[in-house]
Amino acid sequence: MLNPPRRPQSPRELFTAFTRMALMGFGGVLPVAQRELVDRLGWLQPQEFAEVLSVGQVLPGPNIINVSLMVGDRFFGLRGALAALAGLLCAPLALVLLLAALYKNLADVPQVAGALRGMGAVAAGLVVAMALKLLPSLARNPLGRVTCGVATLATAAAIGGLRWPLAAVLLGLGGSCCLLAWWRLGVKR
Amino acid sequence: VSLHELWLLFTHCLMLSLLAIGGAIGTLPEMQRFVVVERGWLGAADFTASVALAQAAPGPNLLVMPVVGYVAGGLPGALAALAGMLLPSSTLTLVATRWGSQRRETRGVRAFIAGMAPVTLGLLLSTGWLLSVPVVRTPVAVLLFAGTIALMWGTRVSPMWAIAVGAVAGAAGWV
Repeated sequence: MLNPPRRPQSPRELFTAFTRMALMGFGGVLPVAQRELVDRLGWLQPQEFAEVLSVGQVLPGPNIINVSLMVGDRFFGLRGALAALAGLLCAPLALVLLLAALYKNLADVPQVAGALRGMGAVAAGLVVAMALKLLPSLARNPLGRVTCGVATLATAAAIGGLRWPLAAVLLGLGGSCCLLAWWRLGVKR
Repeated sequence: VSLHELWLLFTHCLMLSLLAIGGAIGTLPEMQRFVVVERGWLGAADFTASVALAQAAPGPNLLVMPVVGYVAGGLPGALAALAGMLLPSSTLTLVATRWGSQRRETRGVRAFIAGMAPVTLGLLLSTGWLLSVPVVRTPVAVLLFAGTIALMWGTRVSPMWAIAVGAVAGAAGWV
């Protein structure tokens, strides 16, 4: 390797690096995190980042939170994990709660209420777009396209339409899909 | 809000933390079901507004939860929601990282990722649907909703711009 791998010098450096990422991340921090950790800071090789991300996806909890914990832990153990997590959360939390406080006090002003309705329509669109961006990855899913489509619609109907509890749907539908995938992965070999 | 209600919010978020397979956004329908439908701490429109606020600010999507907590129950509500969302999954991550990195190519882990993928997609679609119901009621709102999907799907424009356009159109009284 031409360049020796770089690493953060202290948990404090982790904290500031994650604060920076969090404040640059509009609509999700994960894409920014890859750019910063791999390209700019060079703390992780691309395949190391992919590895951390794939483990973060299996574990419950938001992916970027898991990634920050694992990256911090890698360099400074528990102290590093907490420093990275705190960096990711502190500044954006203060900012967003300030906005929420303003909203609570100004919700009666028609312009503010209107702006929030407009932003709400956009926020709903952003989430649908987030869903659509996952579609290409389903093409390679061992469950097959038809099963994936049925499972997607069944989940949407159960959660969005029938308002079933999430735990039941994840366990029942998600569990069945995992078992089916397990079986299909075995047949292929 | 009473201590009892804060406790309910906290314990509900403890559970959501473990169910957040497709990220924090995927658990929003369950959060909405609990705080809006079951508890009535805030209205459906307030819920969508809280999510919009969180989307408008930078930072992890998880911050949606403390904002909902704040609108429902002030600063204690925000902290209860955040602590609940963080504790179980973070503990598990720190304990299970090494376990997971050794097994990520095994059949079990691959089956889990593949099996959960369509469910995650379904969760995101229901989230989008539930958020849109209280606000997408006028022609301009429909345009904003559909336009955002098209913009995010077809271009690499920052979502900030879409949110700014939504805010301006709304403040002007068109939505």
